[in-house]
Amino acid sequence: MLKYISKRVIYAFVMLFVLSIVVYLIFGLVPIDPAQLSCGTHCNPVVVEANRHRLGLDIPLWHQWWNFIMGLFQGRTYGEGAAIIHCPAPAFGYSFPNNACVSEVMAGAFPFTFTLAVGAFILWMAVGISFGILAARKKGTYIDRLSTAFVLIGSSLPIFILGLLIYITAFLLHMIDPIVQGTWVSPLTDPIGFFKNFIFAWITLALAYAAIYTRLTRSNVIETSSEDYIRTARAKGVSERDVLYRHNLRTALAPLITNAGLDFGGLLGGAIITERVFQLPGLGYMSIKAVLRDYDLPLIMGTTLLAAAFFIFFNLIVDIAYAYLDPRVRIN
Amino acid sequence: MAIIYPMSATIKLSDGELAQRSPRQIAWMRLKRNKVALVSAGVALFFVVIAFLAPVITGLFHVDNTKLYLDQLIDGQPKGGFGGISWSHPFGIEPGAGRDLMALLLYGSRISFSIAIITSVTYVGIGLVLGISAAYMGGAVDSILGRIADFLLSFPTTFMFVALSVPLTMRVEALGIAKDNGARIVVMVLILTVFSWPGFYRVVRSQVLSLREREFVLAASALGASRKRIIFKELLPNLWPLAIIYLSISLPGYLAAEAVFSFLGVGVQAPSSTWGLVLNDASSFWQRDPTYLAIPAGMVIIVVLSLNLLGDGLRDALDPKSDR
Repeated sequence: MLKYISKRVIYAFVMLFVLSIVVYLIFGLVPIDPAQLSCGTHCNPVVVEANRHRLGLDIPLWHQWWNFIMGLFQGRTYGEGAAIIHCPAPAFGYSFPNNACVSEVMAGAFPFTFTLAVGAFILWMAVGISFGILAARKKGTYIDRLSTAFVLIGSSLPIFILGLLIYITAFLLHMIDPIVQGTWVSPLTDPIGFFKNFIFAWITLALAYAAIYTRLTRSNVIETSSEDYIRTARAKGVSERDVLYRHNLRTALAPLITNAGLDFGGLLGGAIITERVFQLPGLGYMSIKAVLRDYDLPLIMGTTLLAAAFFIFFNLIVDIAYAYLDPRVRIN
Repeated sequence: MAIIYPMSATIKLSDGELAQRSPRQIAWMRLKRNKVALVSAGVALFFVVIAFLAPVITGLFHVDNTKLYLDQLIDGQPKGGFGGISWSHPFGIEPGAGRDLMALLLYGSRISFSIAIITSVTYVGIGLVLGISAAYMGGAVDSILGRIADFLLSFPTTFMFVALSVPLTMRVEALGIAKDNGARIVVMVLILTVFSWPGFYRVVRSQVLSLREREFVLAASALGASRKRIIFKELLPNLWPLAIIYLSISLPGYLAAEAVFSFLGVGVQAPSSTWGLVLNDASSFWQRDPTYLAIPAGMVIIVVLSLNLLGDGLRDALDPKSDR
């Protein structure tokens, strides 16, 4: 087990390492000059060159990458004298349009993304799994057909149309206030305001994912119930309830861990569409703004790397959890 | 997903004669029995046809996608209720600029469908070629392709698209491949394809690995069939159902993806129109002109839903053992 885990951890680190190189190469080769972008409207070549030097962009690309990696661990200082800027570790760079270190900007946006992801995750797992189990047990009845319709609609409705419809409904019911929307409300001081901020975004995201989990749960439970050991359990007189909860679900729900972990890891990087529709200033909305406003390269690289890092990290967690649950994985 | 291809079956005709049915005929029979899938196929086909006939249809209604019908607007809002729907403008008028909504959506669906179809065909083609190569060549080719696929799958696609679309569009323009929206379409197809093939590649690879051990392939190679013959005559016919299933399942996804990226502002841009652009515009007008939002939203939902239903039907017909 320990050997398997260490192998997976090393692999994850190698992936992150390669990823940082690739992201750096891709963005280093794009025809956009961050130094040009950093000096605003009153620009002259001298300022651009000074900024280029200050941002450390006048050295070879591989050296820039190395500085970037070191900055992640040690923090970075840009410029000298009066114009000195220091970003503490982990330093992803400096975002000129925001006049702040990228790490600070991302730290400000993360609570929104995190709350959105956690709330939606809880909601869709609860709805998806219970609806899936119900549909599997009542296979062929109207409940089952209802679940099929739910799966179809949930997986075909593009999430931004679903989001717009929910947003409009909430607006017409005076449940959402576009002016207040998007400011951080602490759940401790104002729980109602906190829920009002997120509830519709949670529902939007959860509906789309719940459809997938309903289908997965339903088919896994049905498939498991035709296994021999389930028949044996029934034959020896185990109650239907225990057959379902103690025998069937253990097997049926295990594969869902992979999906759940990867979906959650993917969302932690930012749910771009949902955040954009509900104007929640999370990582996703921030990155789309960074792209559209003035192509704030350090911020875009930061959010992209962070999103990929979350995904790789949760991939690792899923692999380890799965190896723990299913010993066959460890041996292969 | 394990594909068990339907074996040919011998059935008895009414006059006592025996007839063979090819796997294709069996699949077609199953599809024909699925009324929902047939209706969906009709709806989807209808939208594709009107997209390609866009100039003819707009000509019939005497509307033009570039003409501004400013006489139909009062203070930037369409005259009359329901978004200015009238006999001469069946879907109404775009608020603000004053273009005909039907013409916008028709010409928009051309772009949306082209992107979806080109992307699907390209990624399925790449997946087939690389999957077969990896399974057959093995060794270094297999492990390198596997690593690349792993790597690409660990990128968040939407993020990469948002981050890369602007600079890549500039690069494509600088290389002189295409201009403006042409370049944006090229970039969209490129990014979507790059992040889509690994999934299908893995399925093809594992499918070829298991097919290679099947008796009919062993028999062919025992008879001295060349590798080329085995790939084209024995393997490919068994991979087509898989390719068709993936094509039909991914089409609605790419239609939605195109709409999403245009909606976010990183896809095709005005003065062209796509479903996503119209929806993006409509999302800021919905309080004054709800019809303007309802028509394109309804259209996207109908098309995506019918394509999904058709995809499900095709999967049931071609792969009866799939879990659904």
